[in-house]
Amino acid sequence: MLRASLLAALLLMPLATAGRAQGTSAGTPVSYTVVDDAIPRPLTASPGDASRGRAIVANRSVGLCLLCHSGPIPEERFQGTLAPSLGGAGTRWSVAQLRLRIVDGSRLNPDTIMPPYYRTTGLVRVARAFEGKTILTAEQIEDVVAYLATLKEQ
Amino acid sequence: MKVSRSKSQSPLTLPERMRWRPALALLPVVFAASFAMAQAGADKSASDTRRSGYQDMGAALQKMQDDDTANPGMLYVQLGEQLWAKPAGAASKACADCHSVADMKGVAARYPAIPENSDRPIDLEGRIQLCRASHQQAERLAPESRDLLSLAAFVARQSRGLPIAPPDDARLAPFRSEGEAIYRRRQGQLNLSCAICHDDNAGKKLAGVTIPQAHPTGYPIYRLEWQALGSLKRRLRNCLVGIRAEAYPYEAVDYVALEVFLMGRAKGMPFEAPGVRP
Repeated sequence: MLRASLLAALLLMPLATAGRAQGTSAGTPVSYTVVDDAIPRPLTASPGDASRGRAIVANRSVGLCLLCHSGPIPEERFQGTLAPSLGGAGTRWSVAQLRLRIVDGSRLNPDTIMPPYYRTTGLVRVARAFEGKTILTAEQIEDVVAYLATLKEQ
Repeated sequence: MKVSRSKSQSPLTLPERMRWRPALALLPVVFAASFAMAQAGADKSASDTRRSGYQDMGAALQKMQDDDTANPGMLYVQLGEQLWAKPAGAASKACADCHSVADMKGVAARYPAIPENSDRPIDLEGRIQLCRASHQQAERLAPESRDLLSLAAFVARQSRGLPIAPPDDARLAPFRSEGEAIYRRRQGQLNLSCAICHDDNAGKKLAGVTIPQAHPTGYPIYRLEWQALGSLKRRLRNCLVGIRAEAYPYEAVDYVALEVFLMGRAKGMPFEAPGVRP
């Protein structure tokens, strides 16, 4: 596992730089490598920011997370019960595992209802305004991963 | 984001409601039985776990729907009643010249249906448009226009309390299958199907709001989020926009197919139009 991660890290270094330059949800998503049930390498060169990540998670038209999940964001009163609480996500999953679950959970469970946040292919009748765009940018995904990793308590 | 939250928080602070109250109070109260009684009277076996969206909303909204003097949809019914009697088009004929109001009893509870000399189903609004074109020689009414919704609401009101009863017409089967296929197909950027929310997760909370089972029991409905009466099509479009899918054009047969499927799924449930929903 560790060796595989290191290998993936080496392979993806140039791609990660490309990801930072992109900075938008339009265009082709940066490539990433799945190792076991995780994406070990960040999608961007610069690390995610947990406080920005929290704002994305709380925003129901950007992250959309709280439509289905609940989480330790008390100022957002109306939260979802379709999916597990985000509380403790940082204990249940590693950063690399969180990354794959947000990028494209269908790689782990084809029946998941979790939207693929970083996929533009295999989708049907996407509204024109969103066509070819990912739900979140690579930067936003790194921010959300950084935030979720801080959620250690159930 | 804040807007939708505040709406779901205080659905009863509608300026409309207060404004319409005096007008509505003048309506003859012809409907005494509450929807609750209709529900009790419906033939529902114990194994039937279907729920109308009515049962998932708060007592205040249920009361609003049940009370004709508070249900904003009744203002449209009243307008529809006037349009019903008013001659229209080159033929200068009114709906009332061909139909009695009593004949309309049960009609809305069995649409969509396939009209004479046709091989594809139309919904209630489509039926009204067809009558306008063929009998009144009148222009089409715009989708979601006040007049079309009002006529639909007036006709639908005549079926309130009756069980939903799709026609026993084998030609509807392929449309029902197509509607079901759409219902179960994942679509949009969020890659969700109707069934994921309304079958698999009905009763759970989406952003704090209970997900209904999506039985079209009360259309056209007065939706507080719209502050207007709207058709099932409009409601389906809202969900499509929500999952970031391309909405079908208003005239698309896809909506009617979905409607055929949903009315079959709701067969036997009491019809509530005009319903009130959050």
